[in-house]
Amino acid sequence: MVDLFSGIDQFLKDLLIGLGLQPAFVAVLLKFAAAAVLGTISVSLAIVLIWVERKLVARIQDRLGPNRVGPFGLLQTIADALKLLTKEVLIPDGADRIVFRLAPLLVVASVVAVWAVMPLAPGLIGSDVNVGLLYVISIGAVGTLGVMLAGMSSNNKYALLGAFRTVAQMVSYAVPMILSLLVPTLLAGSMGMAAIVEAQGQFPFLLLAPLAALIFLISSIAEVGRGPFDLLEAESEIVAGYHIEYSGMTFGMFFVGEFVHAFTISALTAVIFLGGWQGPGAQAYPLLGLLYFVLKTSVVYFIVIWVRGTFPRIRIDQMNAFNWKFITPLALVVLMVTAVVDKLAVGGGFTRLAFHLSANGIIVLLTLVALRVYARATRQAQQPAEEIPSPVQQPEAAGG
Amino acid sequence: MALQWAFIGFMFLIGLALPSAAIIANQIIAPRKPSKTKSEIYECGMETVGETWVQLKGQYYIFALIFLIFDIEAVFLFPWAAAYDKLALYMVLEGVLFILILAGGLLYAWRKGALEWV
Repeated sequence: MVDLFSGIDQFLKDLLIGLGLQPAFVAVLLKFAAAAVLGTISVSLAIVLIWVERKLVARIQDRLGPNRVGPFGLLQTIADALKLLTKEVLIPDGADRIVFRLAPLLVVASVVAVWAVMPLAPGLIGSDVNVGLLYVISIGAVGTLGVMLAGMSSNNKYALLGAFRTVAQMVSYAVPMILSLLVPTLLAGSMGMAAIVEAQGQFPFLLLAPLAALIFLISSIAEVGRGPFDLLEAESEIVAGYHIEYSGMTFGMFFVGEFVHAFTISALTAVIFLGGWQGPGAQAYPLLGLLYFVLKTSVVYFIVIWVRGTFPRIRIDQMNAFNWKFITPLALVVLMVTAVVDKLAVGGGFTRLAFHLSANGIIVLLTLVALRVYARATRQAQQPAEEIPSPVQQPEAAGG
Repeated sequence: MALQWAFIGFMFLIGLALPSAAIIANQIIAPRKPSKTKSEIYECGMETVGETWVQLKGQYYIFALIFLIFDIEAVFLFPWAAAYDKLALYMVLEGVLFILILAGGLLYAWRKGALEWV
């Protein structure tokens, strides 16, 4: 396959070997150069992403959003970054100075490192390791660690509360995320990211495993800590949570990390469930594949912002109950049913699709029935308590 | 293969280097006038009372424990899922049995009230 990127790669390889360097050294050097380009692009994406998010959230809230600096306010983020650059970096008394400085770096690095295994176009993937998904999960945990370290090293009670909530939230939601990622793994028969995209030639996994896709999206939004799950930095409760003591660019790096992370989970959803670069003509023209990938990622990113702009923040007990009593059991059921159904569905193609879709439909129906039964049982358990009128409410009832 | 892992290592290093560069640039450009009030711990304008390390809810610890069980489960399940194409039906059912045992553990924690946020 001849395309732009392998052409550049070959050109640089020839050039450097022609200069008299060892071929093995050139290979490592080119890998480093590619990593530098990909890493810089993924961090610089934040400049665009912040503008897009502010604009979209503003439209959802019937505002205009940034519109003063540059055309359509496009340069607003750059102005903000310049302002942050001129702010003093403060380290509070009693903070653990090394950990305090390490935390923002870890948060950004964990997000950038995910892009190493992202299949961008046919044949264009930084590193096609055969444990891609496991790597994505484990490197995501490094980001969680960064948030925890930030909260614990700040010597601030709000930051510490944010770190506690991180333990309860980010760590818990990793469970349904892992379980939902097992579904595409067994459908593709591989953990490699490129192999997962290849396996979606006929149908994207969104059609074969819609419930797993939904569970993955919800739990990864919780993993980023945004949308309805922004408990760890809940402004109205713990001011800013884990990054309360950070100022200047150290704060800016948490911001960059969060926004790029949100885009990264959109890209992961696009790759794992929407088929990544798969699309008509993508095999023949790799650049078209890259376009498909970007388009699908943008659609998912829009949904992530939409959720953030329209859902109210949930309480911590609701968050935990939602995870452990609903999402996790559901993910377990989906995993078991998918594993059995995919073995039973003998004919490939549309028969397999029909089997999976009906299995998912049955799970949804049973879940709804179970929720109805559960809600009725809870209501009946609460009934006697409600029948006793409280003394405060009585005068109001009489007046009305 | 080693080159593939080297790429991941390079990506992580770039990910560490870029924010470091931004923060170092910040410290060169920004003014530095430390004062006692400035480096105080922020708590809505009041001085903090007592230790920062307040006693935390035991609940957080329990959730971390349950998480640990499921996280280790994932390590066992990923090879099973990756080799799915080569498995016969009974091997798949064995995997399902394994998940069911774990679901039993979750049910036990639920019935014990470990999942209630009190």
